[in-house]
Amino acid sequence: MADTYLPEGMPLPGYDPGSPDEGFWEACRRHELMVQRCADCKTFQHTPEIICHKCHSFNYEFVKTSGKGVVYSYMNSEYPVHPALKDRVPYNVVLVELPEAGNVRMVGNLVDAVYDEIYIGMPVEVVFEDHPGAEVTLPLWKRADK
Amino acid sequence: MADANTIKDKVAIVGIGESAYYKRGQSPYGEFHLMLQAILAAAEDAGIDPREIDGFASYAGDRNEPMRIATALGSPKVGFSNMHWGGGGGGGSGAVGNAAAAIVAGYAKYVVAYRGLAQGQFGRFGQALAARAAKVTGGNAYQAPFGCMSAGQTLAAMQAQRHMHEFGTKQEQFGAIAIASYKHAQTNPRAVMYGRPLTMEDYHASRWVAQPLHLFDCCQETDGAAAVILTTAERARDMKQAPAYMLAAAQGSGFRYGAGAMNRSMVHSNHEALSEPLWGMAGVEPKDVDVAQFYENFTPLVLMSIEDYGFCEKGEGGSFVEGGRVEWPGGDLPINTSGGNLAEAYTHGFEIITEAVRQVRGTSTAQVEGAEISFVASGPGVSPLSSLILRR
Repeated sequence: MADTYLPEGMPLPGYDPGSPDEGFWEACRRHELMVQRCADCKTFQHTPEIICHKCHSFNYEFVKTSGKGVVYSYMNSEYPVHPALKDRVPYNVVLVELPEAGNVRMVGNLVDAVYDEIYIGMPVEVVFEDHPGAEVTLPLWKRADK
Repeated sequence: MADANTIKDKVAIVGIGESAYYKRGQSPYGEFHLMLQAILAAAEDAGIDPREIDGFASYAGDRNEPMRIATALGSPKVGFSNMHWGGGGGGGSGAVGNAAAAIVAGYAKYVVAYRGLAQGQFGRFGQALAARAAKVTGGNAYQAPFGCMSAGQTLAAMQAQRHMHEFGTKQEQFGAIAIASYKHAQTNPRAVMYGRPLTMEDYHASRWVAQPLHLFDCCQETDGAAAVILTTAERARDMKQAPAYMLAAAQGSGFRYGAGAMNRSMVHSNHEALSEPLWGMAGVEPKDVDVAQFYENFTPLVLMSIEDYGFCEKGEGGSFVEGGRVEWPGGDLPINTSGGNLAEAYTHGFEIITEAVRQVRGTSTAQVEGAEISFVASGPGVSPLSSLILRR
C-alpha cells in the first residue's frame, strides 16, 4: 500500500535558503500551515514574495493558520504528466482557499475523496504528508464536511 | 495622418510564410530548418529579397536566434532584434506589435515576426519537462509535487471548473469551440487535422486529460514554423500583396497574474486587461469585427477570451459559441478559420496570425466574405499576453 497520495518519484518541493519560500516550507516541515503576511500593513499573500504587493514593505512574517479551507476549484487528472504517475491515474487536484488568511489559495490533493465527491465550497482541512529522506513535507487536504 | 503616439495605420503586414505542418516528431527537418523555410516563404510572398529583412521579433524564448537567422540569410545589416517576455503563446500578437513599433521608430525597414516550434525535436509540452526535476523550487514547488504540472492543469482545467460553477457553462459549449476548429480545418490542406472531422459525439467520447478537459479541448503537439513581415504602410501600398494594415496591438497583463498557485482570477483569460487599450487604439468595437482568431491552448480559455474582449457579456460565452455561431460559413463571428492550434498546427499560435492576414487579403480556405476587420487574441491565461487587429 502506498503511504503517500502520489507515488515516490514525483518532484518534491525545495526552497532557496533565505528566500521568502523558506518560511512556508519550514512551517510545513513542522506540520504547521503558515501564510506570509506583511508585518506592516497585514496583507496576506501567497505564494511568498520578497515585498508586500500592497505597501511594498520588505518586512514580512509567517502567520499560523488553523489549516481550515474551502475548495475553490478542482480537477481530475487522468493523463500521467510524469512517469511516476503511470499507474496512478486518475488523481484529484484541488485549489483550496483560506478564508482566515486573506482568501489566498493553495494547490494540493484531497486525500480522502474521489473526483465525483468533490464540490466547490467543500470544507477541507490540511493534512501533512512526510516523505522519507526529503527535506520538506507536503501540505495536502482531507474533507471536513462530515 | 494618424496620431503620432500610436502604430495605428502606420504599419502593414506585407508577407506571410509557413513551413509545412507535421504531427510532432514527423517533420523530416529540424526546427531551425523549418523556421528558415517559413521566413524565406514570407519574403517571397512579400516580393522582397530575404536579405532586406533587417529586424527580428519573437516570443516565448524562441530558440531560433535572430543573429543565426541573419547570418544564414547573409543579411548585410540588422537594425532590431527583440524577444517578448514570457513562456506560453501569450506573445504571438506581441511580437507582431513589437515589430510594428520598431517600424514606426525607424529601427528597421522590414521586420520579421516569427515562431518556430518542433516538439518532436525538443520535447512535448504535454509532458511538462520543466516541472520534472526531482526537487522543484519557486513557483513550481507549489504545484508540481501535487501532480499539477502541464499547462492543461496549471492554466485551464480548474478555470474551466470554476467558470462552469459560476456561470453554468456546459461541457458541450467547450466542445462547440473544438468542433468549429476541426470543421474549418477540413477546408485547409495545410492543417494537420485535414481529412479528420470531429463530431460532438467524438468530443464527448474522447478521453479526459484533466477533467473537465477532454482530449479535444487541448491544442495539438506539432512541428512547424510561421512568419510575417511588416513594413511601413506607405511602402506597403506599392508591394506585391494587398497590405494587411495594423489597426491596433496590445500586450501586457492584469492584476497579479504572475502569482503562484492560481492566486488570480480563475474565470478570466487575462485578456480583460488588454480589452480597453486594444479597442481604444483601433477605434472599432467588437461588433465591427468580421472574423476572429482566438488562440486555443484550451477551449475554456477561448470562451473566456471572447467574454473578456466584450464580444458578449461576462458569463455568456457558453451560449455565444453554441449553435454554429462561431463557425464558417454563416456564423455571426467565425473563429479560428484555418483550424487554429487545435486542428491546423500548434506553432504556439503564430498560424492564427498568418490566417488573420489571409482573411483581410481574401485568401483563406474558409474566407469570410468581404472581411475587413480581422482580430487575433494570443495565449489566454498566461502572462504577459497580447492581441491585435488588422484591417483591409
